Amino acid sequence: MTEAKRHRSDTKMVPVPSQSIVPERDVNELPVLETRHLGIEFGGLKAVDDFNLTIGKTEIAGLIGPNGAGKTTVFNLLTKVYEPTSGVVLINGKDMHGMSIVQASRQGIARTFQNIRLFDKMTVEENVRIGLHNKYKYDMFSGILRLPRYWIQEKRQHERSMELLDIFGMQDLADKQAGSLPYGAQRRLEIVRALATEPKLLLLDEPAAGMNPHETEELMENIAKIRDRFGIAILLIEHDMSLVMGVCEGICVLNFGRVIAKGTADEIQANPAVIEAYLGKRKEAEA
Amino acid sequence: MTKAKRKRLIYNLITFALVIGAYFIIQNMIAEKTISRLLKGLLVPICAWIVMAVSLNLVIGFSGELSLGHAGFMCIGAYTGTIVSGWLLAAYDMQDTTLRLVLAIVSGGIVAGVFGALIGIPVLRLRGDYLAIVTLAFGEIIRNLVKWLYVGTKDGELCFSFLNKDMPKGVKMLVDGAQGTKEKIISTFPAGVILVLVTLLIVLNLVNSRAGRAIQATRDNRIAAESMGISVTKYKMMAFVTAAVLAGMAGALFGLNSTTVEPKQFSFNQSINVLVFVVLGGLGNVLGSVISAVFLTVLPEVLREFSDYRMLAYAVVLILVMIFTNNPLIRSFVDRLISPVRALFHRKKDTMPGGDLQ
Repeated sequence: MTEAKRHRSDTKMVPVPSQSIVPERDVNELPVLETRHLGIEFGGLKAVDDFNLTIGKTEIAGLIGPNGAGKTTVFNLLTKVYEPTSGVVLINGKDMHGMSIVQASRQGIARTFQNIRLFDKMTVEENVRIGLHNKYKYDMFSGILRLPRYWIQEKRQHERSMELLDIFGMQDLADKQAGSLPYGAQRRLEIVRALATEPKLLLLDEPAAGMNPHETEELMENIAKIRDRFGIAILLIEHDMSLVMGVCEGICVLNFGRVIAKGTADEIQANPAVIEAYLGKRKEAEA
Repeated sequence: MTKAKRKRLIYNLITFALVIGAYFIIQNMIAEKTISRLLKGLLVPICAWIVMAVSLNLVIGFSGELSLGHAGFMCIGAYTGTIVSGWLLAAYDMQDTTLRLVLAIVSGGIVAGVFGALIGIPVLRLRGDYLAIVTLAFGEIIRNLVKWLYVGTKDGELCFSFLNKDMPKGVKMLVDGAQGTKEKIISTFPAGVILVLVTLLIVLNLVNSRAGRAIQATRDNRIAAESMGISVTKYKMMAFVTAAVLAGMAGALFGLNSTTVEPKQFSFNQSINVLVFVVLGGLGNVLGSVISAVFLTVLPEVLREFSDYRMLAYAVVLILVMIFTNNPLIRSFVDRLISPVRALFHRKKDTMPGGDLQ
């Protein structure tokens, strides 16, 4: 908790040319993600409209908003599950127009899913190895004929997946069937699997959903740790405000598909539009 | 070695040991002449059906696509094998039947693989059950096309004709339209067993490799697999074409095991038969496919007098298996029925000194 808090208080957000803000340390770097006027329509309904966001190279950013605000739709746009009907997405300055999900992944985007999408029938280790698919390659015939390359690459895959599972201390679970893990462990495994693809931008869709407060706090520290260790940017969707406010440097608030506020945690908490749309209502409900 | 890996290795070893063991037992029976004529005649077809079942399992069980035209690939393999074998004999006077058989099987596999790729490239790019529909049509088209195919050899040259039997005089027919193929029997039981072992090696090694994991990932969750950078079409193609090649090889083995093979032997019913082998043996369970292929090939022959009801029995068995494996209500009922037995075993275990409690 303290570590995560420290990261936030260190951060100074500064404006960049595209009217967005990124942490001061990332100003001179190419932003890992930049969207301009991004939007998608489903049969006349604008699910996301004029979405502008810039994420610095090592920023931890949050995307929040009430249910149905279009947060997951933004993720699906960034990972090319949907093709946007307007606007552009730039990953490391590269236009993503017309790319497939696979190509987007190769550009360095990895994600987890709101409704967990593990390969249930495979083991934990195999799930991570799927993430390593494009990192340790050998062709089909080396696999069938068990050529030396098979043994070398399989060994590397095994070592690397154990290393990655160690982030969350999940090495002991390596042989378990992924579908049989408890909910929290499944969420963590999804993060490990996404990290295995060596992304530049990691998208976490409600990583703390279904976790208890203790697990959430642990996750918060791990998110900061992952950013430091891998030097990547993380964009997360989360309803747990303690996590968002605790770990995110820049926060973007979405309501009815439109951005209503952007800024640091303190700015967001003080923003009347946000309070009205989201936090204010929540407080009333709790009272 | 991890526990999961060891378990898989043992499973694979059992599969191989079973096939090799069965081979030696049967060879022994042949040597001592204790084998019935019926069973002896079934040996090579059993091998062919095992290969068919295991290869179809690769498509259905591992890549999660439904293929209903597997007999079509077998048909292509059988015809290609016959033509290649006949041509080799006529053109190069190749008397070595073993070499001819091997070349026939390999070419049967290659041609079937080409057809598999031709079907797979457009269809596997789509999402949904298109493959089932297209392969169903493919199987029927192939079967109906070869009805009109005439191939013969004369003076070491191949003569083809289509629709009309338009052949020069003195030709030796290899494929005679609706009457099917004409070739001497050159398939042998050892060749069949070797093909089964090769198939098992290919499928089991493929499944437990990088490509095989990718194939299974596309089955379990398409979107997640794509997000991990796995090209779904590529790996579904890989599974489908590999299965087509193996089916073509099985076809060549099967086709060269009788003096004549007719197109109607590769009907839709036959594809469904193979599907039944796979479903009964368990999706993704290679050993299960082997056992159910053997069992369901032998059973109807043994119960020949009831064979009119075979399809009825198949249907009933299929429905029962589906119910027992997929219906939670019935499963829990079965669990309750066998729980006293299970409890008996557990109590025994508990009382064992130093026993492994779990």
